[in-house]
Amino acid sequence: MPEAVNPRQHLRRLLVTVGPGALWLVVFVFIPTLIVFVASLMSRGSLGQLVPPLGLHNYIRFFSDPLFIEIIGRSLVIGFWSTLFVVLLGYPLAFYIARSRYKETLLLLVVIPFFTNFLIRIYAWIVVFQKEGLVNGLIVAFGLPPAELLPSTLAVYVATVYTYLPFFVLPLYAAVERIDWSQLEAAYDLGAKPVRAFWEAIFPQTIPGLFAGFLLVFIPAVGTFVIADLLGGGKITLIGNLIQLQFGSAQNWAFGSAASMVLMAMVLLGLWLYARTQGEKGLDRLV
Amino acid sequence: MKRLLSLHAWLVFAFLYLPIVVIVALSFNQSRFGVRFTGFTFDWYLRLFSNERILEYLTNTLIVAVVSTLVSTILGTLLAVGLVRYRFRWQSALRYLLYVPVVVPDVVMGISLLLLFDVVRDAIGWPRLSLFTIILAHISFQISYVTLVVRARLMLLDPVLEEAAQDLGATPWRTFREVTLPLIMPGVISGALLAFSLSLDDFVVTFFTAGPGSTTLPLYIYSSVKLGISPEIHALSTLLVGTTILVLLLGNLFWRKRA
Repeated sequence: MPEAVNPRQHLRRLLVTVGPGALWLVVFVFIPTLIVFVASLMSRGSLGQLVPPLGLHNYIRFFSDPLFIEIIGRSLVIGFWSTLFVVLLGYPLAFYIARSRYKETLLLLVVIPFFTNFLIRIYAWIVVFQKEGLVNGLIVAFGLPPAELLPSTLAVYVATVYTYLPFFVLPLYAAVERIDWSQLEAAYDLGAKPVRAFWEAIFPQTIPGLFAGFLLVFIPAVGTFVIADLLGGGKITLIGNLIQLQFGSAQNWAFGSAASMVLMAMVLLGLWLYARTQGEKGLDRLV
Repeated sequence: MKRLLSLHAWLVFAFLYLPIVVIVALSFNQSRFGVRFTGFTFDWYLRLFSNERILEYLTNTLIVAVVSTLVSTILGTLLAVGLVRYRFRWQSALRYLLYVPVVVPDVVMGISLLLLFDVVRDAIGWPRLSLFTIILAHISFQISYVTLVVRARLMLLDPVLEEAAQDLGATPWRTFREVTLPLIMPGVISGALLAFSLSLDDFVVTFFTAGPGSTTLPLYIYSSVKLGISPEIHALSTLLVGTTILVLLLGNLFWRKRA
């Protein structure tokens, strides 16, 4: 835009372009977050509604009860290991796709499950793991007694890895596409062995994509409640399940809000660490 | 090494498609339980189509997706233009706010909107939880994705083109309509498609902001799955997976033709 605009014109243009969207984000994202914070300081009324007195009692209850600490720990552990498995499966896959002649078709093969309805993907694993399902069919075929796979922690892990694998492969693929392969040749020319050449010439170039992909999997994996709900049969409580329970049958919105603030604080801490290493540009890689 | 990499890739693809193939196969299976294939049938599809509520849930899902996509695409595109073209106070605060719906777990997004609607309803008796509140909620996360996708496209644009239009005497609105918008259209369409599929797919935010009479397809699938598996759901899933593949193939074809 030309430099010579008077302040009133500038303001009018801002109101037309940024105005409506900014107002929407303030009303439906910023204010609700404030409400959750205030609600987390309130108490539960006799009908489950939010009432005074205000205080830190919900947080004190949360952090003084080993049960809730255990839930946080479990969410982080399941989130971490699932993400690690996603990386182990997805990292080589992204290289394979980027170096393949049929990369557009292979990319489409990754995108199809990604765009398939989330609940259907979870549901499919219920079908595979059920008592008369495929896995048990194989176990029985080997002459072993059928296993109780549903609900189980194993099922939760498998479905979490399955659900978020494309979240990792896509940003990492973008990073692999940008790799400067001449550095690999340079490493070879300098006498490096294949493993060392990869480790020093190629791997560092994928770190930004690796970090972005890790975060894109880890955050939703820690926050999910649907996977543990459907495949863990209510036996595996993650922080997401705790929040859903408080806003659902437990009818304690104040405590549920405190649990949400704790989850949000964990996410922000992760993002802060990420932004510190990757800069603000890194945030753009998350979309 | 190369063969190991390719073996790994095909095993991962097998993992990605195994459950989908199982569901599709079972949707044509005569037996109601188990994985033994006892015969081919279309029965489950016929039963699905005779269930009138499914049609209602599908309509609800589409109403929410279409309306929320329209609103979020317009708001998001304008927001992206303003963020890229102008400098103003609170700009970086707004940029951070934009990332919130992308990075916050959807369960937190869901309960925060539930609380907002509840607080407002306590004060003025409106809005009750319905399709309307689901639409408001969906726009709230879609807007970020649209803005970020359109913004990426805008940043690739040469500002000289817009300046030329203005030098020739075009008003800002006319410059936007005849120069900027056509150039960023691929970004706007990608943003809208992303917003649309996010809305169709959303379960968690919908779960917290839906009321009686506003059941969407994902809500229906969730409640049926809670009751146990059934071949009708296999059939519904197969249809949805089929639609996904069809849309992606058509989209792919379309973009390739343009490129």
